[in-house]
Amino acid sequence: MRTALALLALTLAAPLAAEEIWVTNEKDDTISVIDVATLEVVRTIATGERPRGITFSHDFSRVYICASDSDTVQVMDPETGEILHDLPSGEDPEQFVLHPNDRHLYIANEDDAITTVVDTETRRVIAQIDVGIEPEGMAVSPDGRIAITTSETTNMAHWIDTETRQLFANTLVDARPRHAEFVHDGAELWVSSEIGGTVTVFDVATQAEKAKIAFEVKGVHPDRVQPVGFELTADEKTAFVALGPSNHVAVVDTATYEVVDYILVGRRVWHMAFNSDKSLLFTTNGVSGDVTVIDVARREAIKSIKVGRFPWGAALRP
Amino acid sequence: MNAALIALRAIVLREALRFVRQRGRFVAALVRPLIWLLVFAAGFRAALGLSITPPYQTYITYEVYIVPGLCGMIALFNGMQSSLSLVYDREMGSMRLLLTSPLPRWWLLFCRLLASTAISILQTYCFLAVAAAFGIQLPVWGYVAVLPALVVAGIMLGALGLALSSLIRQLENFAGVMNFVIFPMFFLSTALYPLWKMAESSTLLRDICAVNPFTHAVELIRFALYGQFNGPALGWTVLAGAVFLGLAFWGYDPARGLLRRKG
Repeated sequence: MRTALALLALTLAAPLAAEEIWVTNEKDDTISVIDVATLEVVRTIATGERPRGITFSHDFSRVYICASDSDTVQVMDPETGEILHDLPSGEDPEQFVLHPNDRHLYIANEDDAITTVVDTETRRVIAQIDVGIEPEGMAVSPDGRIAITTSETTNMAHWIDTETRQLFANTLVDARPRHAEFVHDGAELWVSSEIGGTVTVFDVATQAEKAKIAFEVKGVHPDRVQPVGFELTADEKTAFVALGPSNHVAVVDTATYEVVDYILVGRRVWHMAFNSDKSLLFTTNGVSGDVTVIDVARREAIKSIKVGRFPWGAALRP
Repeated sequence: MNAALIALRAIVLREALRFVRQRGRFVAALVRPLIWLLVFAAGFRAALGLSITPPYQTYITYEVYIVPGLCGMIALFNGMQSSLSLVYDREMGSMRLLLTSPLPRWWLLFCRLLASTAISILQTYCFLAVAAAFGIQLPVWGYVAVLPALVVAGIMLGALGLALSSLIRQLENFAGVMNFVIFPMFFLSTALYPLWKMAESSTLLRDICAVNPFTHAVELIRFALYGQFNGPALGWTVLAGAVFLGLAFWGYDPARGLLRRKG
């Protein structure tokens, strides 16, 4: 009887603990919330204008949203969907990254060629760092000592010392770098180049280029193969790279830097997010207005879920 | 053994033997859909994915889309091939003898139908195995779930072949069957393009495709391959099968049928 009651309690408690994927819809000014268990949209929440980058605080009590055309970063209560306050972000914030200290947001201001550092507690801008033209991709190393901004027009990854908030290196990458991530506990930095059609791998210790990953989707013109967002599996042995208007996600072996597979998803895939055990990957497909769910183990698209117009960013809420 | 069952066994065995011995026929039955799959679909390769229509849950490549249509194609050609061999048998061989037996003629025709359906199912599974070897894999349970759909589609298209064979007196007329039955049925269906794609060029074309019984047979197979049931497709396929079967029985009925009038 006690077991039965415990099971019942678990069953009742399960929906409350349901995992969600939050997706920003650039043209609808909304967030679509997908229930990971049912793979359906369960909530749609209004945001500021042109929501793009999205990330949760480490305890998931707040969600930060780049409302690009409102020139602000909005802080939302994920329970109620209520905007708690805005953060000063500089003009046209597109992507950002939360420092491991859970306090400092590093924001790329696309129109101003600067990276803005905002203290989320005091709600003040604590630094603005000049970078290349059209900054976009943002990353912070796991130890929090290095921040990266990629600039789309200058075609560079800018290395920022988070202590001094000064640039200490600039490295060239292929045309239109869009996204950056630290890999293997911060030993490598990966930068995707949308027009160049490559992902450049840097050795973080020396900031030297270590490898370059190229893509070729059968039956798709090379111009349409445009890598943007990417994510790595829990063991970091495999990377999934979104290839924009080629409508495919590449599966990359992170040891050999070889592409081992391509997965067909919706139109113009840009960013993605895993569920908490990283068994499912959710890709935002801007032009088709949906999110494709990939079974990570089988490397197979299993479902595409309609969301708002032009889904852009995605984040997990466990 | 009951005389009816003896006839069933004899007819099925004869068809099976004929199928096994005529290797060329088996190869042709396999090569035809494979050429469509590996050559035609490769040329038309929608590498960017087709829009999602049920039973698909996400984007698919064109090769994946046409597999159920090609399963339907096997059943269609098999049905017609069987009608061709029936004309031949009636003219020169065993069927002429069988039709004079005291067993009801409808039973003999039905046995013949079952035999040809069994062969078309065998051919379809061989085709699906080769397609899987080329990387076009379907959900595992789909390979089982498709069996009843293949039976229904095979009987419907076999019945159509029977009905047509009652109209054809000479083998030479079979070319007409190719031109006026197989090609229109295949091309004016969802085997190669989804209905919404047809509607883009003409709504009339879409409507013709929507009433084509072959479309419903293909959709029945398509849904079954993904473990889903399509009630309307089953209903229309069964209805069309019953009509064709009725026509065939009527056509072969020595008292009222077309054979007497023509004879």
